[in-house]
Amino acid sequence: MRKSVLSLGLIVLGAILGLLLGPLAAPAQAFEIEDQISVGPADARRVLRVLSTGDAELFEETIRDFLATLPDVRVDYIVASSAELMRAVGNGDAKADLVMSSATDLQTKLVNDGRAQRYSSPVTSRLPDWARWRDHLFAFTQEPAAIVLSRKALADLPMPENRQELIALMRDHPERFQGKVGTYDIRASGLGYLFATQDARTSETFWRLSEVMGSLGVKLYCCSSQMIEEVSDGRLAVAYNVLGSYARANGDPAEVVVMLPQDYTIIMLRTAFIPRESTQPGLAGLFIDHLISRGWQAAPGAVSVAEENAWTDEAQALRRIRMGPGLLVYLDALKKAAFLAEWSSAILQ
Amino acid sequence: MSSPILLRGSIRRRLIIQLLVGAALLATLMFLVVQRYARDLAGQSQDEILAASVTAILDSAAVRQGDLTVDIPYFAFSMLGNISEDRVFYAIRRNGSFLTGYPDLPKPFAASGSTPRFQTDTYDGEDIRMATATRRLSVEGQPDFIEVTVAQTRYGLRQQLAAISQTVAGFGIGFFVLSALFGILAAQSAIRPLRRLAESVSRRGLADLRPVSAPVPAEMEALVRALNGFMSRLKTSLTRSEDLIAEAAHRVRTPLATVRTQAEITLRRVDKPENRQAVREMIRAIDESSRAAGQLLDHAMVSFRSDHLELEDVEIARLVRETVDRVHPTADLRDIDLVLRLPEATMRVKGDPILMQSALLNLLDNAIKYSPADSCVHVSARITDQEAVITVRDEGAGFPKTDMGRLTRRFVRGSNTDAVVGSGLGLTIAHEVARAHGGRLFLTNHNEEGGACASLSFPLA
Repeated sequence: MRKSVLSLGLIVLGAILGLLLGPLAAPAQAFEIEDQISVGPADARRVLRVLSTGDAELFEETIRDFLATLPDVRVDYIVASSAELMRAVGNGDAKADLVMSSATDLQTKLVNDGRAQRYSSPVTSRLPDWARWRDHLFAFTQEPAAIVLSRKALADLPMPENRQELIALMRDHPERFQGKVGTYDIRASGLGYLFATQDARTSETFWRLSEVMGSLGVKLYCCSSQMIEEVSDGRLAVAYNVLGSYARANGDPAEVVVMLPQDYTIIMLRTAFIPRESTQPGLAGLFIDHLISRGWQAAPGAVSVAEENAWTDEAQALRRIRMGPGLLVYLDALKKAAFLAEWSSAILQ
Repeated sequence: MSSPILLRGSIRRRLIIQLLVGAALLATLMFLVVQRYARDLAGQSQDEILAASVTAILDSAAVRQGDLTVDIPYFAFSMLGNISEDRVFYAIRRNGSFLTGYPDLPKPFAASGSTPRFQTDTYDGEDIRMATATRRLSVEGQPDFIEVTVAQTRYGLRQQLAAISQTVAGFGIGFFVLSALFGILAAQSAIRPLRRLAESVSRRGLADLRPVSAPVPAEMEALVRALNGFMSRLKTSLTRSEDLIAEAAHRVRTPLATVRTQAEITLRRVDKPENRQAVREMIRAIDESSRAAGQLLDHAMVSFRSDHLELEDVEIARLVRETVDRVHPTADLRDIDLVLRLPEATMRVKGDPILMQSALLNLLDNAIKYSPADSCVHVSARITDQEAVITVRDEGAGFPKTDMGRLTRRFVRGSNTDAVVGSGLGLTIAHEVARAHGGRLFLTNHNEEGGACASLSFPLA
């Protein structure tokens, strides 16, 4: 594969450079990098450093599109967990020109705490009000939190359409679900924590569901992709709060059902902002414009922010996460500790 | 003719400037007051929502299982996001030590009580508005103070203010433009009576010294009174001087007749050619003086009768015939034929026959005087739609072209008349008579070679 060859080449090049320059090389990254790709000429005049929580292979195509008209630009795409990203950008150590994340709450807090700079363009001004905050933070995808069910595991059981039905189903048939229920480990996953807190503030049903899942020996995961994989091969019967877009794109429709609960469906917004220390704010702005018009195609199954009425036929009660100071509440240290304690006692029994 | 008038300022301009300055001051004042009011109002609404947020957080503080918990409600912050997209900071302190939030948020002024207090400060390089309230709880019998501070940046406020300022500025400018317009109109209408008076006075004829009778605004009473008084004094003085001239002319004429007779007798007795010449020149000078005196008398008479015009029906043809008869002897002396051409129709005008005759007499006199000997003077009359026109034409040199405009002024004589006795009053008299009757005197030359042509017009009855 071309990409891996390129990456390998870069890694080798980087290693050689590192050996040659030794002490002159840039100081070690202040945060843990999960993955990194570079797209564009190695000797590019301008380099855009993008720090993101999204998988590199998903966004590579979008980056190539972006560079099609910019021959002298290279994009370094660095993947980190949302917690690492939060810490690095919060400390000002990230040295990134653009920050992209699915953890809308953490992004909002970074902007609120003054880590971002203002940007506005004809593209951003066309965004609906809910898709931008303070002209600092811009949403470029909408992705629903879904419940993913295995057809094989449910077999003859009726397909639940909301949380109440799912709770009833699991209570009535514990033998079918014992050890086959999965959800995010919200202690580890920023997105999982965001989904859980939005659930908790929307409805008390969440706590009942958590208790039922806890009683069935729930398995906890770091990422949506893993849960979808396990539902697909029947290891899991139910995965709760999975990125519906991923599930749609990666799950085999013959094996998995992606259900947007009808009582309410949380819609996550993938967002981007330009950090204050960005050395290429102009280029980063162009990339934001590009993400707004094309970026939703990168995240599988995601919907453009231009589509205000997506999914209205499937789930009636859409809860789009609202960017704003409200999201700071569950990031408060005391509040977070209390929430995690409550969640743990419900789910870890 | 008229000396230059010194101008200082303009009532209209001063009025307009004063009104404009007033309007501008008012508009600015309005802008400042409304802006101030809007700022207070907007600030107040931010304070209220900050206070609500603080209260909501304080309400969530409770003692559970012997320990203090603070469970920040979601809406405590989300409501701050409803009015603006401002950054939000908070700090919760327990007994003065930091519990959660933003540790480096400025410390609120020390105070106690559950009613929120507000202060403005800076944080992270931005202006913030802070609300703080304290609540006392009891944990296992010990008093426990919890202090909540919620702060918000002031972008929304500034934006709101900018929008209000823009609107108010628009209103202010509109107000100013409108009042400026009214001011200009008011200034125009204020000075209109003044301009009307000036126009009516300047439209008047030279001899029209009647008092102003049209109604004027109260502010102009003094001016009009002064003007009327001035005109009446002027009229008195004018009448007196005319009387004086007439009297003088009369007194001079009689002795002059005696002197002339004596001079002629002397001429007959003198033999020496140079002496005869001197006497002849003496007689000529006497003639000139006598004639001038006569015309001065005529002019005084015309002035007087013009002021007290008594109109009667005048038949033009008869008037012309009678007048021409009177100059026949003079014409005969110089072998000048008087050619009369009158229409059949009767031409009737309203007028003072004595004045009209005097006017025509002067024209005929001029024509005969300036005609070469043994020529013709043509007298004709015709009728148009509105006027009767009497024309006297000679075969002399004509009026000098350059003098045409000023020949009707008093004592102005043509530049080609040195050889002829004259006072410069003849055309003036004709002109004044025509004008007193609402008619005109117009002077032309018959053709390129000359031949003065003077026409008197009178409006038909």
